[in-house]
Amino acid sequence: MGSYIPATREERQRMLETIGLTSMDQLYDIVPEEARVKNLDLPEGMSELEVAQKVSAMADGNRQFRSIFRGAGAYRHYIPSIVKTVTSKEEFLTAYTPYQAEISQGVLQSIFEYQTQMCELTGMDVSNASVYDGATAAAEAVFMCQERKRATAVISGTVDPQTIAVIKTYCESRDVPVVVIPADNCSTDLEALKAALTKETAAVLVQSPNYYGVIEDMDAVVAATHEVGAKVIMSTNPIAMGLLKTPGEYGADICVAEGQPLGMPLGFGGPYLGIMTCKQAMIRKLPGRIVGQTTDHDGRRAFVLTLQAREQHIRREKASSNICSNEALCAMTASVYLAAVGPKGLRQAAESSAAHAHYLAAELEKIGFKLRADKPFFHEFLTDCPVAPEKICAALEERGILGGLPVDGGILWCCTELNSRSDIDSLVAILGEVCA
Amino acid sequence: MKLLFERSCPGRGADLLPPCDVPAASFDASLLRGAAPRLPEISEIDLGRHYTELAKQTHGVNDGFYPLGSCTMKYNPRVNEEMAALPGFTQIHPLQPVETAQGCLEAIYTAEKLLCEITGMDGMTFQPAAGAHGEYTGLLLIRNYHLSRGDTARTKIIVPDSAHGTNPASATMAGFKVVSIPSNPEGGVDLDALRAAVGPDTAGLMLTNPNTVGLFDPNILEITKIVHDAGGLCYYDGANLNAVMGHVRPGDMGFDCVHINLHKTFSTPHGGGGPGSGPVGCKSFLEAFLPTPRVAKTESGYAFSTPEASMGRVRSFYGNFLVVIRALTYVLTLGKEGIPEASAGAVLNANYLMKKLEGVYDMSCDGLCMHEFVMSLERTAHDLGVTAMDVAKRLLDFGMHPPTMYFPLIVHEALMVEPTETESPETLDAAAEVFLKIMEEAKADPESLHNAPHDCAISRPDEVTAARSPIVRYDFDA
Repeated sequence: MGSYIPATREERQRMLETIGLTSMDQLYDIVPEEARVKNLDLPEGMSELEVAQKVSAMADGNRQFRSIFRGAGAYRHYIPSIVKTVTSKEEFLTAYTPYQAEISQGVLQSIFEYQTQMCELTGMDVSNASVYDGATAAAEAVFMCQERKRATAVISGTVDPQTIAVIKTYCESRDVPVVVIPADNCSTDLEALKAALTKETAAVLVQSPNYYGVIEDMDAVVAATHEVGAKVIMSTNPIAMGLLKTPGEYGADICVAEGQPLGMPLGFGGPYLGIMTCKQAMIRKLPGRIVGQTTDHDGRRAFVLTLQAREQHIRREKASSNICSNEALCAMTASVYLAAVGPKGLRQAAESSAAHAHYLAAELEKIGFKLRADKPFFHEFLTDCPVAPEKICAALEERGILGGLPVDGGILWCCTELNSRSDIDSLVAILGEVCA
Repeated sequence: MKLLFERSCPGRGADLLPPCDVPAASFDASLLRGAAPRLPEISEIDLGRHYTELAKQTHGVNDGFYPLGSCTMKYNPRVNEEMAALPGFTQIHPLQPVETAQGCLEAIYTAEKLLCEITGMDGMTFQPAAGAHGEYTGLLLIRNYHLSRGDTARTKIIVPDSAHGTNPASATMAGFKVVSIPSNPEGGVDLDALRAAVGPDTAGLMLTNPNTVGLFDPNILEITKIVHDAGGLCYYDGANLNAVMGHVRPGDMGFDCVHINLHKTFSTPHGGGGPGSGPVGCKSFLEAFLPTPRVAKTESGYAFSTPEASMGRVRSFYGNFLVVIRALTYVLTLGKEGIPEASAGAVLNANYLMKKLEGVYDMSCDGLCMHEFVMSLERTAHDLGVTAMDVAKRLLDFGMHPPTMYFPLIVHEALMVEPTETESPETLDAAAEVFLKIMEEAKADPESLHNAPHDCAISRPDEVTAARSPIVRYDFDA
């Protein structure tokens, strides 16, 4: 059995004597007899070697693909070596939320730097210290927009379906009406969106690049939404921000994003990072931790958790959100990633992802995988599939390739800087064989 | 120290990516951002040193004693990290076909079985990413259960005034009205107040046991019975599970659903504020309402399934999966004997340290505590002008993380101490000496404590100004 208790049996006995007891069982005398555990049905404990073997065997039960053309909310990008080196530092790893500013300046400053980077990335004024993931960020953003006479959330059907599902769960329990606008050939149906807007509309959520990879007409979305006095929540991809127009430039009120592409591995879905930034006017509605700059009693620059009057430990049932633990180490991961690649490297990652995706799309068209929509896209796109998508994917898996995701009878493809030209060419060659 | 942006120099940085090997994609200029983000341009060595410097100004469990009450800052075993970093887990796409992710599903399935046994529950979801997220999810189980029976009148959640702030906040998010009931002086549930509060509008009760004063509520079976008799359900906040795991299970105390904090009880690191993981377990009659998807074991291997009356999703994918791997590694290591031994060790350490401080510090209650204890500095504040804050700040000078301050709210000038089981007697003895020395200082020179800490990078930052005129990002133009 493994154990992490330093005290030996003899030491424990001595400690028991100090507190006036003779046996460990007496520590639980207060627990009613009928509620006590009689037989805990767990396996025997194991040595570190045995546990490592057992858990490694589980990892071996998974298939690692050498080439991945699937995104749909989780993206494989290159992770610079320095990212893991920094985020494995034990001080960062084993600290709690930085309640004691004097011995937490490292974590606090890193969050302040992260907040600054997120503002730069998205073109917004303020950022929080993170929430759980992109989907919960979107749900929290919907609640930021609630006003006394405005409750309805209007959501484009081109938003990631998991994000829509989370928003529906969150809104259902608080009786917030949700209207989902059906997609019009891979992009937001702007006429349907306008028709859905009323003076009760609190927020409009549109994702760009959207679930199908298409870059939305955000200018039109923002104009129509602001005309009825509602707020615009724009969901985006942080890598795309190296290249594409930002939510701030479009005039969005809130930006949310799944931050996983910024240095986090696929990890079967988590931990990921919920990015939330907004206009200055909404700062006091922003949920979660926020780090602010101030000075200490000797006039030195210092960082603290701030605007805590929004939060659950002060406001209890009147708090703007219940969030307490967030994804601090993932926020640091994103921050180190962005500092490592710099503005040039981020642009390169964005351009390379887009270039590979466009190259793949052109090659696929040549062998009969027609693009569903003739619209600008970033690094994902939906194609028809000349044969059953499942057949395509199975053939690719046999060769160690994870193909695009079967969606709406077609396939949703994704490329990043990791999908090299030769990988794409061999993918296309295999597809050619399967379809022949 | 300098910010990343203050270390930036145009043109610096390494080439991390190769030149693109396909033609560039062309975009209409109207789709492109106007100016590049002002990210730092910094060499790798300077970047490394920047974070090394930040690390030196960060106190983690591996730096020293961290008795932060309610947070269970136990040691985070290294093997957990190694398992969570296996490429066989990190490189797996969450939307891979399940046949190619059987190992991940097996891990989730195994963790569910083990943690259900520890909590006395029948089913569990790993989708919640933190404790508060778990509370929210558990409350939705309660909500959907009542609604499924057409019982629409149950709109209130009872929360003792000693509860964590997340409890009432989560209840509001789940669409409930919060009924706060007073606690008895031991932080326990006032049975008469509970009886008076329950009724046909009661959806449920949220409770931690041991409570936030660090005491096990001996009336627990009566408490859950009162709520059940009124038609409500009982929710267990697992924040304090480290006191009792392996000795008494929430399910056997009468609780219907529970969240646990893998980043507290099950040794996964807190990362300076996350990622955590807040799995929610429930009794079988609530399983139909759990979030989708769940993992099932079938004849042809592990598969995802959707509970028939599922609440939907509370997060994308399957939660903080790599955190679950760490917790799974921990539970497998400790096993049948190690789990109860760990909690007993935590209770022993808390009582030992409390005993060493008794007589000098006022304890909020007499007798044995569970895994943590609460001291009140009210008398010291009154007699000497030395507050809980002053003591906490002075502890920093001794390389110790202070206890949780000013919580629970029902104890004035509270310091809540949770040593955990992974601290040695020597560490506890040394901490006790520091606490006692500080009380001597308080008597001899109270003024000096108001200016503590003396040896940290900063001291007593101005939080009022920070909140009044918030500066929450670097000003590039200053």
